[in-house]
Amino acid sequence: MPLTEQTRAAAREIIARYPEGRSRSALLPMLHLVQSEQGAVTAEGVEFCAEELGITHAEVSAVATFYTMYKRRPVGDWLVSVCTNLSCLLRGGEEVYERLSKNLGVGHDQTTEDGTITLEHAECLAACDYAPVMTVNYEFYDQVNPDSAEEIVEALRRGERPAPTRGGPLCTFGESSFQLAGFEDPRPEGVAGQGVGTPSLAGVLLAEAAGWKAEDGVAGAPPLTPLPSNAPPSAASAPAAPASSSPASSSAAAPASPAPAPGTPGVPQTKVN
Amino acid sequence: MPVTPVLTRRWTAPESWTLATYERLDGYQGLRRALAQSPDDLIKLVKDSGLRGRGGAGFPTGMKWGFIPQGDGKPHYLVINADEGEPGTCKDAPLMKADPHSLIEGIVIAAYAVRANRAFIYLRGELIHAGRRLRAAVAEAYRAGYLGRDILGSGFDLDLVVHSGAGAYICGEETALLDSLEGRRGQPRLRPPFPATHGLYASPTVVNNVETIATVPFIVNYGVDWFRSMGRERAPGPKIYSLSGHVTHPGQYEAPMGTTLRELLDMAGGVLGGRKLKAWTPGGSSTPLLTADHLDVPLDFEGVQEAGSLLGTAALMIMDDSVDMLKIVRRLTQFYAHESCGKCTPCREGTTWMVQILSRMERGQGDPDDVDTLVDACDNIFGRAFCALADGATSPIVSGIKFFRNEFLPITPVGPSGSTTSVAGSANGAAAGGAAAGTPGAYAGAH
Repeated sequence: MPLTEQTRAAAREIIARYPEGRSRSALLPMLHLVQSEQGAVTAEGVEFCAEELGITHAEVSAVATFYTMYKRRPVGDWLVSVCTNLSCLLRGGEEVYERLSKNLGVGHDQTTEDGTITLEHAECLAACDYAPVMTVNYEFYDQVNPDSAEEIVEALRRGERPAPTRGGPLCTFGESSFQLAGFEDPRPEGVAGQGVGTPSLAGVLLAEAAGWKAEDGVAGAPPLTPLPSNAPPSAASAPAAPASSSPASSSAAAPASPAPAPGTPGVPQTKVN
Repeated sequence: MPVTPVLTRRWTAPESWTLATYERLDGYQGLRRALAQSPDDLIKLVKDSGLRGRGGAGFPTGMKWGFIPQGDGKPHYLVINADEGEPGTCKDAPLMKADPHSLIEGIVIAAYAVRANRAFIYLRGELIHAGRRLRAAVAEAYRAGYLGRDILGSGFDLDLVVHSGAGAYICGEETALLDSLEGRRGQPRLRPPFPATHGLYASPTVVNNVETIATVPFIVNYGVDWFRSMGRERAPGPKIYSLSGHVTHPGQYEAPMGTTLRELLDMAGGVLGGRKLKAWTPGGSSTPLLTADHLDVPLDFEGVQEAGSLLGTAALMIMDDSVDMLKIVRRLTQFYAHESCGKCTPCREGTTWMVQILSRMERGQGDPDDVDTLVDACDNIFGRAFCALADGATSPIVSGIKFFRNEFLPITPVGPSGSTTSVAGSANGAAAGGAAAGTPGAYAGAH
């Protein structure tokens, strides 16, 4: 698909985000943009970026070949990335990768013949507490095992869009790349998709269950309750005399609080966000 | 008070990522207080709080802000390092997803303090959902007058752009990040000059980690005494500890600086399956491994350093007694070889060669000199590159050999098929011997 005037307009929108005379900062998002149209950074995409930014092809290519997420060959419909770095390796990530590779008949950075799946093993995806993880077009499937990963990939090949554990509902590689170029996800269900699950909340749930609060260490400091907006700036840190403080006394210290803090009995809570 | 949810406290609130929830839970109160003070007073406040960078190096944040020359007539920039990628590190991603406004509020306060009118969040590309939440939050903040022109009537202007990277661990290194943000290959710069005077676009720039900046509104709101009531004298405040690997309940545990692994493991249900602890990283794969002898090391900057490692990002990857240390070290070295940007010869060539040696050893084809060769190579890599990636690459090898030398020494090969091994064995009974594992068993330590 050739790049259009619409792509050019989007590119100029990207350039406008950066200070005047610093348009080259737009290069990374623009490479995501041309990839969103063509499924890879093509020669035309390189030319387009060079022309818009007034830099050379060599300068653009040097950047395009440096970063893992820019693809030189068109990606399949679904980019399946399996983390095999340490935390995931310890929990079976390598076995997940091996199973998918065997079943799909492709290795790292290769695409199935039908063009549906590109497989890659990924370096740490910053979700170590959900290990082993895999992503499809960068949405997370947590705590997978070889069987569940195989089911997800089979569903993708059947044309289904299995719901990720965390992230927005699956969108196409082109749509993902467009968001990476810095454009908002137009779907309300995109931003609302689950962001964190139980592992991210492990500590805070433990604290809520036990009634531990950070303010218990300092008498009189009510950090977890809303402050009266007209309080003088020093009020919050002013030390009070008694050394013992309980959750009850700290909420009493802020009588003007318009809403209870999370963890207060009666406040509805979601365990996922 | 084993867990102290401060940064993580809003994460369980319904729709925690929205401005409405954030404002209901103290949101942007710190900003109002900050704008009523002078920028210099804010820098002093953060200095007095003792806040130290949460991105790995532990540099005093207030001091970093104080290095920005004032009245120099140049534009100043604030850049947030959200390129979370150090293996084991998974704290900034949930923070940005669950509580993006806390980062934005911290950014506005920090930018006001260092007199920057432009700020960027350099977000790791793969974290697409964090990008959604951040971009939505930035748009909300603009609409509510927390960003843009004349913020809350203070006369202060700030523009904030969320900039997605494209997959490169090296961009977590601050000068490589700046080059990347300028539209170049992410390769580290020679220092000096430092970013404080010659950063983004050769202008004075503060680069701070997500967790560091998200801590700032709390300090402004609740003060130095409160902040210093947690943690240690030289490293006060709460810290998000990330537990992963062979642990019963992996996750984020926000606790006072200086909490020990023993305490954290207690909270997290202990080592998975009740097995014995063999090794762990205190702060990601670039920090030297520690062992069960270090369970009571206080996990703050100095405490871990005294134990021979580094706090790094407080990413604790737990390994039980079933792991094959040679395989672990080989895999981590592959990571560094893949992520080396190629600028410095010792790192580019050294990591590649070390992967080959370690892989050969793992296949049972090592020779007795290999351990010395590896240690010698690490000696010649450490401190001989522009940035800390090279130093980090030597950590698993040197510490692995230090504590588990036997596992790196060849013995007479066992039977032709070798014994089976699986680092995942205790986790879910996964099958042993993936293709990459070769035929271990030829080494004394292989299980």
